[in-house]
Amino acid sequence: MLVKNLLEKPETKSPRKTYGETLVELGGKNLNIVVLDADLSCSTQTAMFKKAYPERFFNCGIAEQDMITTAAGLAYGGKTVFASTFAMFATTRCLDQIRNTVCYSKLDVKIVATHGGITVGEDGASHQALEDVSYMRSIPDMRVIVPADCNEVRQVIEYAARTPLPMYIRIPRTNLKNIFDKDYKFNPNAGIKLRDGKDLTIVTNGETLYEVLSTAQKLHEVGIEADVLHYPVVKPFHHLALKASAQKTKKVVVVENHSVIGGLGSAVCESLCHYAPSKVYRIGTKDTFGQSGEQRQLMEFYGLTDKKIYEKIIKFMDVR
Amino acid sequence: MKTFTNAVRKDILKMIHNAKSGHPGGACSCVDILSVLYKKVLNVPVEWANAVDFKNRDRFILSKGHASPALYAVLAHCGYFSKDLLMGFRILGSKLQGHPSSRVGLPGIEVSTGSLGQGLSIGVGMALAMRLDNIKSKVFVLMGDGEMQEGSVWEALMNANNQKLKNLVVIIDKNNLQIDGSTNDVKTLEPLDKKLEAFGFNVKTVDGHNFEELEKVLLDAKKSNELTAIIANTIKGKGVSFMENNVSWHGKAPNDEELKKALEELC
Repeated sequence: MLVKNLLEKPETKSPRKTYGETLVELGGKNLNIVVLDADLSCSTQTAMFKKAYPERFFNCGIAEQDMITTAAGLAYGGKTVFASTFAMFATTRCLDQIRNTVCYSKLDVKIVATHGGITVGEDGASHQALEDVSYMRSIPDMRVIVPADCNEVRQVIEYAARTPLPMYIRIPRTNLKNIFDKDYKFNPNAGIKLRDGKDLTIVTNGETLYEVLSTAQKLHEVGIEADVLHYPVVKPFHHLALKASAQKTKKVVVVENHSVIGGLGSAVCESLCHYAPSKVYRIGTKDTFGQSGEQRQLMEFYGLTDKKIYEKIIKFMDVR
Repeated sequence: MKTFTNAVRKDILKMIHNAKSGHPGGACSCVDILSVLYKKVLNVPVEWANAVDFKNRDRFILSKGHASPALYAVLAHCGYFSKDLLMGFRILGSKLQGHPSSRVGLPGIEVSTGSLGQGLSIGVGMALAMRLDNIKSKVFVLMGDGEMQEGSVWEALMNANNQKLKNLVVIIDKNNLQIDGSTNDVKTLEPLDKKLEAFGFNVKTVDGHNFEELEKVLLDAKKSNELTAIIANTIKGKGVSFMENNVSWHGKAPNDEELKKALEELC
């Protein structure tokens, strides 16, 4: 399932490019697919779809509220709709439209947002969506997916295209390291265990999965064995894998490139308090805004690199 | 037609009285527009989703969703569903939600609205989908004038023009009042006609309570190959003397005595 020598020489690929390529492939097979963007098509890579199928691409200009509600209208008209812009503008700017028009009427609109998380980088706080998963997760009938590598991005977009429900799919600006090999099958109905341990459970998704796998290896080297659970589907949250792991380890760490408020960490806590009360430590950006900086430096500053996660977990394990 | 609209207005007031809440002013201002649309203009099968030709229907969007009792009453009086359902308006478990809901599924209700400023973008999306599918019917969107203060409305107007839509008709129920007072005092829209023209619309202004004028302008718009906006000058609370042009009736239910008085006026 995992690529060989993952932690030694990882290859990387742009998830945005993968998104664009997948849209073009799907658009060729399914003439019902339409794509919208809000003046960021060259960045989100929906421009690839525009080039292939210009009559099925609609640029709504710098008007995200209009884009989301136009997407809703197209879905009312029977279309399978993908709408893209940066995560910051795709969620905060048009939260009302997403809630009251897309989700309330359970429309076939997939919001594929790029530039999720702190790793937007130099553009700084105004462009770093750290709360988007939280907003989206709180809306009834919304599905929220945060894939971790380009293989998974492709499968998630394919799943979205054949599932006529509102969906929020978050991908980062950064290139993602290739984690999954060709045998990996995205399962929308389960969290997936990628490493087996007895001492603690680490839950993550998105771009921090690679960091967590690296952290788990470092922990192994000092005799701490971690269960690593990948939860690309944050909502609906499928508790079984988490429950089984937490009942075994009794200690859970959640790592995400998102605020510790309302994201995967919160979903894990909500699930555990019901199914398997455990000690939980949430690693993510605190209750704060981001700032400008180089991507890796930001990851380091906000404690999301393998090294920082390792240090935090060692402290957490001492607390036991 | 007058008999029809009187019956509709009476039901609207009874529904709101029964629910002890609702929006009589903005509902009564658009009754005549809705009645002409459904009786003379729109091709929407009364069998609704069971109709063979359902996909070729005209689409109607009530963007000013708080006027829902007017739409419900017109639909019921046109036979889309039983008039017996009307008194369920705003009652727990009813399909006649406070604002129109496509989620709960009531025949005749195309889309969910209520949060203002979204119906026009939905209409643009629907019109685009119909154009892609080569469906020749039209999308009609009824908006409130106060609603046009929402910025997203102007995004949608820009988009409609940019997409060169020929299958979209925008109707503005211009009653000049909003909850906090006159639209001119709160945040003026004027000159609305010139603004719409500047956004690429063929603008027609009519008396929104004159059946003949409404029928002509709406049928013309239906035939037209131009993006059309119809400004219908209306009176908030039309039909009930003490409600007319009185902003306090924007969102208030009549009590027993007020209902009795209003129903007498509508005989």
